[in-house]
Amino acid sequence: MIRYVIRRLLLAIPTLLAMLTMVFVLVRLVPGDAAVSMLGDQASEQALDALRARLGLDQPIHVQYLTFLGDMLRGDFGTSMSSGRSVLSEVWQVLPYTLELTAAAMVIGVLFGLPLGTFAALYRNRWPDYTTRLLSLTGLSFPGFVSGILMLLAFAVWLRWLPVMSSASSDPLTHMRNLALPALNLGLIMTAYITRVTRSSMLNVLGEDFIRTARAKGVRPGPLVMRHALRNALIPIVTVVGLYFGTLIGNSVLTEIVFTRPGLGKLILGALQSRDYTLLQGLMVIFAAFVILVNLLTDLIYAAVDPRVSYAK
Amino acid sequence: MTPVLDIKGLTTEFRVKNGWHAAVRGIDLSVNANETLAVVGESGSGKSVTALSTLRLLPQTGARISRGEVGFGGRDLTKLSEREMSRIRGNDIAMIFQEPMTSLNPTMTVGDQIAEGLLIHRGMSRTEAAKEARRLLDEVRVPDPARRVNDYPHQFSGGMRQRAMIAIALACRPKLLLADEPTTALDVTVQAQVLSLLDDLKRDRGMAIVFITHNLGVVAQIADRVAVMYAGEIVETATCDTLFADPVHPYTEALLKAMPRVDRKAESLEPIPGSVPSISARPAGCVYAPRCNYVQPSCAAHPSLVPVGGNHEARCPVRADKGEAA
Amino acid sequence: MTAMPAPPPARKQSALLATLNRNRLSWVGIGMLAVIFAVAIFAPLLSPHDPLQQNILHRLEPPSAEFWLGTDSYGRDVLSRLFHGARISLTIGFLAVLVAMIVGSTLGVLAGYIGGIFDQVVMGIVDVMLSFPTLLLGLMVAAMLGASLENLIIAIAITETAPFVRVARAPTIAMKRQDFVEAGRALGFSPGRIMGVHILPNILSDIVVVASLWMASAIRTEASLSFIGLGVSPPTPTWGGMIREGFENILSAWWLVVFPSLAILLTVLALNILGDALRDAIDPKLRGEE
Repeated sequence: MIRYVIRRLLLAIPTLLAMLTMVFVLVRLVPGDAAVSMLGDQASEQALDALRARLGLDQPIHVQYLTFLGDMLRGDFGTSMSSGRSVLSEVWQVLPYTLELTAAAMVIGVLFGLPLGTFAALYRNRWPDYTTRLLSLTGLSFPGFVSGILMLLAFAVWLRWLPVMSSASSDPLTHMRNLALPALNLGLIMTAYITRVTRSSMLNVLGEDFIRTARAKGVRPGPLVMRHALRNALIPIVTVVGLYFGTLIGNSVLTEIVFTRPGLGKLILGALQSRDYTLLQGLMVIFAAFVILVNLLTDLIYAAVDPRVSYAK
Repeated sequence: MTPVLDIKGLTTEFRVKNGWHAAVRGIDLSVNANETLAVVGESGSGKSVTALSTLRLLPQTGARISRGEVGFGGRDLTKLSEREMSRIRGNDIAMIFQEPMTSLNPTMTVGDQIAEGLLIHRGMSRTEAAKEARRLLDEVRVPDPARRVNDYPHQFSGGMRQRAMIAIALACRPKLLLADEPTTALDVTVQAQVLSLLDDLKRDRGMAIVFITHNLGVVAQIADRVAVMYAGEIVETATCDTLFADPVHPYTEALLKAMPRVDRKAESLEPIPGSVPSISARPAGCVYAPRCNYVQPSCAAHPSLVPVGGNHEARCPVRADKGEAA
Repeated sequence: MTAMPAPPPARKQSALLATLNRNRLSWVGIGMLAVIFAVAIFAPLLSPHDPLQQNILHRLEPPSAEFWLGTDSYGRDVLSRLFHGARISLTIGFLAVLVAMIVGSTLGVLAGYIGGIFDQVVMGIVDVMLSFPTLLLGLMVAAMLGASLENLIIAIAITETAPFVRVARAPTIAMKRQDFVEAGRALGFSPGRIMGVHILPNILSDIVVVASLWMASAIRTEASLSFIGLGVSPPTPTWGGMIREGFENILSAWWLVVFPSLAILLTVLALNILGDALRDAIDPKLRGEE
C-alpha cells in the first residue's frame, strides 16, 4: 500500500512540471507587451520598464522559465498586482468558502446521486429509468450560472425563502442560509452527474457473474444491491467523479459569481477586471495543483475500495 | 424412493427480436439423493438454461418459464414467490458456476462470501459463521484455511477459486447441488481433484448432484446417470455404463466418437460437422436431422422419447427400431 | 500477392438509423436542433425587430403583443436578440469543435500510428490538458488573447482538443495491427495514404459522436465566458452576454435572464440527447467518458 502511494506520488511530478510549463506558455500568449496591457497605453516608459523588471520580462525567455519554475516549486506564487499582497494569502483568505461550497455540493451529489442512479439501473428501460435519465441529462446541460440564476429567481426573488446575496456572517444560521442556494445549485449539477455515472456503473455490475452467485446463495434484492453491487459499482464511480472535479471547480466559480459569494470565483473575476496577470497565473497554478491533488486522492480512495489495487506490485 | 428433484415438461423461452423462442422444450429430469446425474451436450443445447430455470436465476426480463413444473420437496418451484425462492436458494438447492474467475465478488473476502449463506439461512452469529467458513475451506481442501479465509478472490488460483465456490455452495448442506461446468476452466489435474472432491461430498452427505458438462470424459468419471441434450431437448438418457457401452441416438454416438480415449488412436476422432441450430431457427421435425448420418423420411416428424431398454430412453425412431431388432 | 484484404466496411447508415429509431428521444433532440439551426440561419427574416435598435420609450418592458419576450434596459427586443444570439452560439460552438476535432484527431492518429516518444509527449500534454478545469483554461486563454469571436473559438478549441486526441489514438493503435493495414504497409503504401484512406474513415464515426457531445460543452463554455464578460463584445447579442446584462435587473425584469437561459439549456440539452443516442449506437465502450 505504501509503495503504491509513493509510486503514485512520483507519477504526479511530471504532470505537475508539464502543467507549470503550460501555464508559463499561456501567460506569454498575451499579444504584444504584457506590461502595456496591464498598465494601459497611457503609462510612462519608466513605469513600464519598472514593471517589466519586476515581472522579469527583461530577462531571456529560458531564464524567465527557470525562475518561474523555481518560484512555483518553492510555493512562491507571486504578488498580486492590484492588492500588493501575495497570491497565496489572497487564495488562503477565500479558499475556505469555495471548499465549503464544493464539499456541500459533493455531499448533496453523493446523497442523492447514488440512490437515484441505482434506482434507474434497477428499473432499466422502464419509466423510472427514462425519467431519471432525462432529468440527469437536463441537469448536466445547465451551465452553472444558468441554473444558479433560475434558482435565485425562484427561491430568492419570487418565493423570498432565501437571501439573494450571500456573504460572510458569523451567525451559523445565517451562514447556512447563505450557503443553501449556492450549494443546492452546485449540488444539483453534481447529483445529475453522479446519477448518470452510478446508473451505468450499476448496470455493468448487475450483469456480472458474481451477482448471480450471490442470488444463488439466497441473497435478497436489498442486500444484493447494498452489499454486492454498490461496493463494486463505486470503483468506477470514484474515478469518474474525481475526473469531474475540474468541471466542479469551474461551476463553483460561476456559482459564486451568480450568488455574489466570496470565494475563488470572485477572486478570478476581480483579477480579470483589473488585468492582474500575476494573480491569474498564480490562481491557475494553484487550481491545477489542486486538480492533480484530487486525482491523487481519487486513486488512493480507489485503492481503498478495490482490494485488487493495493496488493498489486 | 421419491426423487429429490423432479422436473416435468419444463419449457423455458427467450425473447429474440419480438418473438418468444424455446431454449429448453418439454424437459423431464429427475435425480435421487446420493446420485449424480450428468447433463451433457454442446454449448447452446440448453443445459445451463435448465439449471438456471430450476433455481429461477434467469434474467428477469427477456426470459420466462412458459410450461412445466420443477418439483422439489413436494413443491413446484415455478409457482413460488421470489421471496420463498430466495429461502430455497443456497439453502436447499445450491449452484456452482462455470467461471470461477468472475463468479466471486472481487471486493469481499472469500471467508465472508462463504459465511454469507450461513448468516442468511442458518441465523448464525458472525463469529460462528466465520468459524464454519474456515471449516468449509478445510473440507474443500484449501490449504491453510485459517489464513485463506481473509484473502480476496484475486489472491486465489483458479482451482482454489472453484473450491471456494464449492464451499459457498455447500455451506448450508443443500439437498441438491447444481454444478454448471464447474471444471471446464481448470487444467486436467486440478479438474480431477475437484471431481473426486465432489464425489466424496456426495457420498458423505447423500447429496443429489446435477452435473452439467460438455465433456464426456468428465461424465465417465463422476456420473451415475446421464441425460444427453441437444437443441433444447433430451435426446437420450441412460445409466452411465449403458450409455457408453450402447449409445442409441446418433447424436450420442457422434459425441462419443468425438471424445478422445486412451484405447483409441487420435486419428479416429471424428468431430461433429455443423453446429447446434440457434433457438430461433430450430427445424420442425427431428432437431438433429440436419447433422445426422442416418436421416430417413420419417425424421420430418418430431420424434418423442421412447424406452429402448431398462432405464434407457432415446428420441430416435430410426435407431430405436434397430436397437430392438438387434 | 496481389489481393489485399478489404478494410471492414464503414458502419452502415441504416444501422445508425435503426438505433436512432430505437431511442425515440433522439428524434426529439434532432428536431430541437433543426429548429435552433433554422432560427440561427433565418434570424434576420424571423426577427420582428432590429436586435441592435435601442428604444428609450420601451425600456424594460415585460413580454407583450409587440415585444413577445419583452425588452431590455436599452429598449431592445429580447426575441430578436435571442434569434441573433443563436448565430453567435452555434457559430462559436461549431467552429471551436471543428478546429478541436481536426487538430485533435490528427494528433491522435499520428500519435497512435507513429508511437514511441512522439506518442508519449503528445499523451503527456493531453493528460495535463484534461486535468485543467475546462472553463478555467478557456477563461485564461480568452483573458490572455482578448475577447473577440476568433479568440473565443481558439480558446474553446484549445480546451477541447485533448479528448479528440484520446478518441482518435486508441482505435488507431488497434487498427494498426489489423490485416488490411499491415497488408497496405507490406505493399508499400505511404503512411499518409494508410492513415488517410484506411484508418481515418474507420474512426470517423467515433470522432463525430464525441464532436456532438463536445459541441454541447463548447456552447456551454461560450455562454459561461460571455457571462463572465470574456465573450464577444457588446452590442453584438450573445446568450451569455444577454444574461450578464439582464442579471443587473434580475429583481425587476425576470424575462431578461429566463429566456436566454432557456435558449442555452435547450440547445445544450438537444446536443446532449443526440450525442448520447449516437454514443450508445456506435460504441458502448465510450459510455462513461465525459
